[in-house]
Amino acid sequence: MPCVQRAELRGGRAAVRFRSRKMVAPAALRVVRCGGRAMHGARAVFSVGARFLLCASGDFVKMYSVATEELVQLLRGHSDLVTGVQLAPHNRLQLYSSSLDGTIKLWDFTDGILIKTFTVGYQLLALYALPSSEDSVFVIIPKSGERDTFQLVSVKLTKAAGQDMEAKELSVVLEGVDASPKCTAFGREGEYVASVKDVNLQVYFFKQKQLNRFSLRATNKKGGNNVFTCVACHPQEDCIATGHADGKIRLWRNFNHKKEYTFSTLHWHHDKVLDLAFSLEGTSLLSGGVESVLVQWHCGSDCKRDFLPRLGSAIEYVSISSDGTFYCTSHTDNRITIINSNLRFSKTIQGLIKARDVKTGLVVDPRTKALVLNGEPGHLQFYCLQSDKQLYSLDIVQQEYIHQAGLNQSDLVRVAFSAQGKWLATVEEREETDLELQLKLWFFDEETQSFKLNTRISMPHEDHITAMCFRDTDEMEDDSLMLVTTGRDCVFKVWVILEDTDPEAQQSLSWSCDFVGSYHSYQATNCCFSEDGSLLAVSFEETVTVWDSSTWDLKCTFCHPPGKIRSICFGRLTCSKYLIGATDHGFLCCWNLLSCALEWSAHLNVVVLQPDPLSEHIAAVSWLFKESSLFVFKPNEARPICIQRKFCKERIQFAAFVPRDVPETIGSEKYLWLRRSQLFFLTDTQELMTVSTKSAQERLTLSSKQLAVEESLPVTPFSLLLGKHRHQQSQGDVDLGKIVHHHHEQDSPAVKELLHTPAHVLPSASFLCPIFINSLLVSKENKSTEETPDEVEMESEEAEDDSDEENSVTEMKQEDKMPLESLGETTHRLSKSEEKELRKIRKVDYSWISVF
Amino acid sequence: MASYKPVVIPAVPKLGEKITQDTLYWRGYKTPVQIKEFGAINKIDFSPVPPYNYAVTASSRVHIYGRYSQEPIKTFSRFKDAAYCATYRDDGKLLVAGSEEGSIRLFDISGRAPLRQFDGHTKAVHVVGFLSDKYRIFSGGDDYSSSLWDIPSATEIVSYSEHSDYVRCGCASKLNGDVFITGSYDHTVKVFDARTKSSVMTIEHGHPVESVLLFPSGGLLVSAGRYVKVWDVLKGGQLLVSLKNHHKTVTCLCLNSSGQRLLSGSLDRHVKIYSTTSYKVVHSFNYATSILSLALSPEDETIIVGMTNGVLNVKHRKPEESKEKSQKKRQPAYRTYVKGRNYMPKQEDFFVSKPGRCIMRKYDKLLKSFQSSKALDAVLEPHIRLYTPEVTVAVMQELNRRGTLRSALAGRDEKQISLLLTFVTRRVIEPRFTPVLITVADMITDIYQPVVGQSALVDKQFLRLQEAIGREIDYQEELLEVLGMMDALFATLTEKRATYLEENKSNGLTKTLDQDISI
Repeated sequence: MPCVQRAELRGGRAAVRFRSRKMVAPAALRVVRCGGRAMHGARAVFSVGARFLLCASGDFVKMYSVATEELVQLLRGHSDLVTGVQLAPHNRLQLYSSSLDGTIKLWDFTDGILIKTFTVGYQLLALYALPSSEDSVFVIIPKSGERDTFQLVSVKLTKAAGQDMEAKELSVVLEGVDASPKCTAFGREGEYVASVKDVNLQVYFFKQKQLNRFSLRATNKKGGNNVFTCVACHPQEDCIATGHADGKIRLWRNFNHKKEYTFSTLHWHHDKVLDLAFSLEGTSLLSGGVESVLVQWHCGSDCKRDFLPRLGSAIEYVSISSDGTFYCTSHTDNRITIINSNLRFSKTIQGLIKARDVKTGLVVDPRTKALVLNGEPGHLQFYCLQSDKQLYSLDIVQQEYIHQAGLNQSDLVRVAFSAQGKWLATVEEREETDLELQLKLWFFDEETQSFKLNTRISMPHEDHITAMCFRDTDEMEDDSLMLVTTGRDCVFKVWVILEDTDPEAQQSLSWSCDFVGSYHSYQATNCCFSEDGSLLAVSFEETVTVWDSSTWDLKCTFCHPPGKIRSICFGRLTCSKYLIGATDHGFLCCWNLLSCALEWSAHLNVVVLQPDPLSEHIAAVSWLFKESSLFVFKPNEARPICIQRKFCKERIQFAAFVPRDVPETIGSEKYLWLRRSQLFFLTDTQELMTVSTKSAQERLTLSSKQLAVEESLPVTPFSLLLGKHRHQQSQGDVDLGKIVHHHHEQDSPAVKELLHTPAHVLPSASFLCPIFINSLLVSKENKSTEETPDEVEMESEEAEDDSDEENSVTEMKQEDKMPLESLGETTHRLSKSEEKELRKIRKVDYSWISVF
Repeated sequence: MASYKPVVIPAVPKLGEKITQDTLYWRGYKTPVQIKEFGAINKIDFSPVPPYNYAVTASSRVHIYGRYSQEPIKTFSRFKDAAYCATYRDDGKLLVAGSEEGSIRLFDISGRAPLRQFDGHTKAVHVVGFLSDKYRIFSGGDDYSSSLWDIPSATEIVSYSEHSDYVRCGCASKLNGDVFITGSYDHTVKVFDARTKSSVMTIEHGHPVESVLLFPSGGLLVSAGRYVKVWDVLKGGQLLVSLKNHHKTVTCLCLNSSGQRLLSGSLDRHVKIYSTTSYKVVHSFNYATSILSLALSPEDETIIVGMTNGVLNVKHRKPEESKEKSQKKRQPAYRTYVKGRNYMPKQEDFFVSKPGRCIMRKYDKLLKSFQSSKALDAVLEPHIRLYTPEVTVAVMQELNRRGTLRSALAGRDEKQISLLLTFVTRRVIEPRFTPVLITVADMITDIYQPVVGQSALVDKQFLRLQEAIGREIDYQEELLEVLGMMDALFATLTEKRATYLEENKSNGLTKTLDQDISI
């Protein structure tokens, strides 16, 4: 169960519904969200000393190590989106967080302990904690009774003991503020608060209890847009910086006078300024916007500025560590970038990039088992489901991305991997007045461990490419490899590798078109190879055509009028004689390739048809009455194995089966199809989901246990590593109730024997020591050698039972076991047959000794 | 964080012939020198000794040319009728030539009058040569006989009358002083040994033999008639390969100095060069008229081709580019390169890595700083615009992608507009540039529509552009018509082939295809 740790419950009502469902039928499938939520809910905060970075992510607060980018701590407790994260002003090891669920929580973030919960009762949209205000924090709440008006209030937090507190002492500071936390800022030592909304700036001085309002004209003569977007206050001077929608930054001074205020303008951004931050001493101002460039303005000299360009995507928040050594930018694509104070890029914390539109679908990289989909514009992201981390991002388009609205830029639309992951084919397109298409073929370079561009084919088709697939034969030779693309220009093309015999050519392999097929000038919509690669099915609107892949003869055609074919796939393994197709008139058809006849059909509006690569099962997702339903079936029988009606309210766009590392043990026969691979979905709101048979309770207990173990440990990178390791181990375990530590000791027969054998029959400690240590070694490479000592132990145990009274014999036996032991240690690469032989020899020895 | 990505210049696969080592080698000749002779040139022979003069036999004269001379340095003109086949002896001191009246004359290179005259042939002698023992001469005549002559006594040693038609070519073995070969119009090549009374081997060529050549090793024999055929003499005259690359009779053969390449000249005006290992054509020269004779100087310094219209075509090899010149350019001392590179860091040293400096093209620098207009200027520089138009077009496309192409094109003066228009007019018809340049042309016309008529230069360019596009459209229409015709043809063809296929399986089809290709 890879994504247990970071999977989230669905927020709000949906989650409630699922929980109740679970109570009714405990073994039912559950839909679990993966990939975490966007990390740009609130400004990220550095801990003191800039060791950790705390940021809001969905319902959680996540703590990352600045040095290693690892997730260190997950603070869970809020039941809705976290909107504000602030260090407690008086105890820098504590943290306030506010959430839409109306509570402020105080955490000890190093240990991950929830200290207190203050219930405010309103939705909290932003949180500000100031050193100057003793025991109160400022929050933005919606004004009761009015829609879309918000107010800044201060909340008195009682210091009384107890976990759950009511915080009802609210006093309104400012009316009519903007809901965004960026639009309010507190000035030097909390003397004043500045807030912007639309074209108005209001400054409230706490001591004087004076409120100054300044307003700008909505648009100026030059066509600029004066709407405020964000505000920041100078930490030492009376100076307010405001960002505007047209990219200007205004620095306001002298604003304690209503009339004699002044402002100066800085202008570099060409689009909205999204966030501003002053450096620690206020000597420089950081600004970020849609251009994804971090700009550092030096306040002393007017026009001097430094840039850190190409940060990937629009900068949502900018924050600075308390000692000023690090800057941090949160981006719209679920990423946090940590930057040194000299504007050198340092680290990046990257989750699943939620691209605006996933066109490539979900593809599994056969090599890393990572999920591959659109990432940054023009990039392909390889997202590791196990660790919720981006493995790497492959630049496909290889063009400079211009961060500007309204530009029509090339985007990645199709991706296909060959069976071993040796080749990657990508299609990118850019549509303006006419279509620009490029088919690129990438070769996996073993040396650099990354994909290298091999062939670039421009305009492979006249029109959009609708589908693409490799011939999935498991043979290692390249000459069997071929790629099929189908296009709306009514043809499908077959591409094969050409070997250049010229020794002077730069590369010997390149791809070229081998065959162009068409069928009655219908648009080709889908293509699919049979499991052995001998047949190719291409769907042309209403018809499925089956071609022989060696001679390119049209073998037969199938259709199920009047619907156009939406998706097709071949059956696998025992069901390889079947071809499954889904039409957009709501039929799922199964044709028999041997008899060329319709085997069965079902009335089902299938939107996604996904075969499992490791079994015969095929998952079909239907969309009916605004609900998605999941059907899993084998092509040889018309009855589905598993039906999960209305399991998701959103429309499912894509699905993918990801093979599991370890087959899961599943009790219910109904869910056996989940044993070897896991099904992931992408909904049209770009949420990644999976189905799981485990109940939420189990998963929660598991993770809380893990936290409990970690509580007693000081947080060092090593302990984190260890903890993570254990955690992963326990995930694979069936019995989740066990504490990790115990589970370890008990599963090894060597240790069991060590503990249960009477002391007088045990050999010397020096002999037992290597066995014990061997039993604790956990690594994949040593698995086989590990097993050997275990088995040896077991056998010796049996032997002991046989000859319990003969101590001397046991001693002898133990001795003759010694060489084998040492063998097992020194020659780790003994082949299995050799081991068997050794064991046989040992058995012979036994008989001989007992006779003696 | 990514660095700036330079503009991708799409590479276009190079069409046409592939440049190999051979093409480079055989292209390394200067433009030919043409020398007019009095009649068809039937033989060119290089002196085997320096300074490598060559004897040209044409009409009733034998001219000796120096290597670089345009005028003959010596002439032998004591022939009443046409002279044939003037050939040097191995030491370059004697020259022998046959003649139309049937006599063979031996000349001393330094003298003028013939040293000896061999009479015996009743008809014209088209082929004479020295045996490799230097004291005998072989000859072949139109009286179907081939004879062997003794030089000191000027008498006939032996005469073979085995051919049944004119004997027109022959050569002597370089290894054996007794062996010579003659080729005749009776379609045979015969190998004679002076020690025997009759020919030792007869090879059936299949066509009238125009030229024969023996490899220096003596193991391979090349004969040329309609085709060039290579025979293995040691295997008793087995055919090795038949080269059917000329489409008219092949008249002359020669080997290059290394013996790795075989050259053949033909009446079809081509000289083809074959590799003697693969027997594939590696290069080919084209001449103005039919070729009768061909010679290659030692070290391949000069190729001389004699043609039917009496023109002698002399090509000299370009001198090797002296490498000393480039070495003379003063380069920084070695120590400047290794400066600091061989420093081994000590253990306590803190290593500060310096990012590698990336060198960017000028347009990339300008694009990086969003100076689109200047970037466009940079790629309209003559050397980029003329030699690498793909760069110009790629930058235009990039500007279009960024949405700044219009502003980059706008605000230009008369000279710049006309320059842009010239570029567009010239390149818009190239298929790989068409999509981008059509957009550019569109934008230019849009932007500069209001100022049309103000400058005669720009107006002219606009008209030219219109003309070019109009012409292109006409071509396309014509091509479509041709395509339609071909489709009609193919439609009828496929029907036939379908029936054909049913009758004989695919094997028959491939055979006929093969034949088609060979024809």
